[in-house]
Amino acid sequence: MHFRSFWSLLVLSAAVLCAPLRAAVLPEDRADALYHRYDGGGVEVDGPSILVRKGNDKSLSAFANYNRDSVTSASIDVVTQGSPYDEQRTQYSVGLDYLRGKSIMNLSYTNSDESDYSADTVSFGVSMDMFGDLTNVSMGFSRGWDDVERNGDPDFEEEVDRKTYRVGLSQVLTKNSLLGIAWETISDEGFLNNPYRSVRYLDPGSGIGYSFQPERYPNTRNSNALAVRALYYLPFRAATRAEYRYFTDSWNIDAHTAEAGYTHPFGHWIIDLKFRYYTQTSADFYSDLYPFRDAQNFLARDKELSSFDSYTAGVGLSYEFARGGWGFIDKGSLNFAYDYIYFDYDDYRDIRDTSQPPGQEDPYSFSADVFQLYLSIWY
Amino acid sequence: MKHFRYVLLLLVSVLLTACSIEPWVKPYERANLADPIMSFSRDPVSASYVHHVQEVREGARGAGSVSGGGCGCN
Repeated sequence: MHFRSFWSLLVLSAAVLCAPLRAAVLPEDRADALYHRYDGGGVEVDGPSILVRKGNDKSLSAFANYNRDSVTSASIDVVTQGSPYDEQRTQYSVGLDYLRGKSIMNLSYTNSDESDYSADTVSFGVSMDMFGDLTNVSMGFSRGWDDVERNGDPDFEEEVDRKTYRVGLSQVLTKNSLLGIAWETISDEGFLNNPYRSVRYLDPGSGIGYSFQPERYPNTRNSNALAVRALYYLPFRAATRAEYRYFTDSWNIDAHTAEAGYTHPFGHWIIDLKFRYYTQTSADFYSDLYPFRDAQNFLARDKELSSFDSYTAGVGLSYEFARGGWGFIDKGSLNFAYDYIYFDYDDYRDIRDTSQPPGQEDPYSFSADVFQLYLSIWY
Repeated sequence: MKHFRYVLLLLVSVLLTACSIEPWVKPYERANLADPIMSFSRDPVSASYVHHVQEVREGARGAGSVSGGGCGCN
């Protein structure tokens, strides 16, 4: 789509809005300090994330986020193709929301930086309440520019350009239920593979029966995702939610995600339970073992592009304090969340097992523990 | 991109026809909807972390309840 026509339609959509009945609402002023930890498949990632949001009580609200990931990786790819490493990723985001009548416009910038990868993203969005404020429609566009480097190789310098379009609808169905529909299309262009990873191919001349060569992805990828989510308020004070997402892309990956959640407050406490199921097919150029070197134009043996299922079970516990206000604080909460994730691969084999002939090793699987501990205050 | 144009056109037509719709849930009937537990992502800092954990390890992306940016995850 031509960029200019996107904006003309956007302006047209905004122009046909009905007269305001009640103003839209800016996000609440709050600050969150989170410690996160991921431990699974030989990878440990932990670090803080600080998010602060403050408005002027009228029409503007700004946020800033700082996140750091400290990574220690001895994942199966790293163990079988390289050596374990430590690295840090730092991410900063700043953004501004502007309220005018029933519309909110937002603009944000994010920078993510690692020793061999940096990404800049600018996002713009607009959302509007309409139909007696039972419906909220949102649209957004993001543009991203990534620089890909390879540690130890100063001559290696590649780029990725990303464009994202989003459309969302949030609908009040009844006085107890909400429906959300979201659609997002993303197009990437540039160096999309990982500069360190390799694929394996049968090689009778090698002692183990196979050898490695660098992976090679197409230079473009276009994806579409459509999600439908619903929230229902139960007759007693509790909420249930259900979500489904369908994903498809130009590499022939099809994915389905289903998630259900339950939130139950009692006294100062809120308990959250969730279960998530994810399944995807592999990219059409993916193979765990190619028949020979340069078997095809595009080569991939990333487990993220293979066919697999994953299951997540999560529990969260929040304690609300200072509900009547305390100093400049309106209220606060202390929160803990734990997710258990199990990944089960169909055609990504565990090649650490050398007792089997190439291509007959057991499929790989692993589990991960994900912890979050955070403090939130509203002011 | 063709699909995107259709979705936008549909959106505009819906906007044009719907100004006369009477809200069937009145403002005073929205107490339950206004409860903080009626939110797809109650805590943005946690939601964006969970989103990142998933995006790095899965082929699928997009249409989440939080929008990402600068994943840095080839």
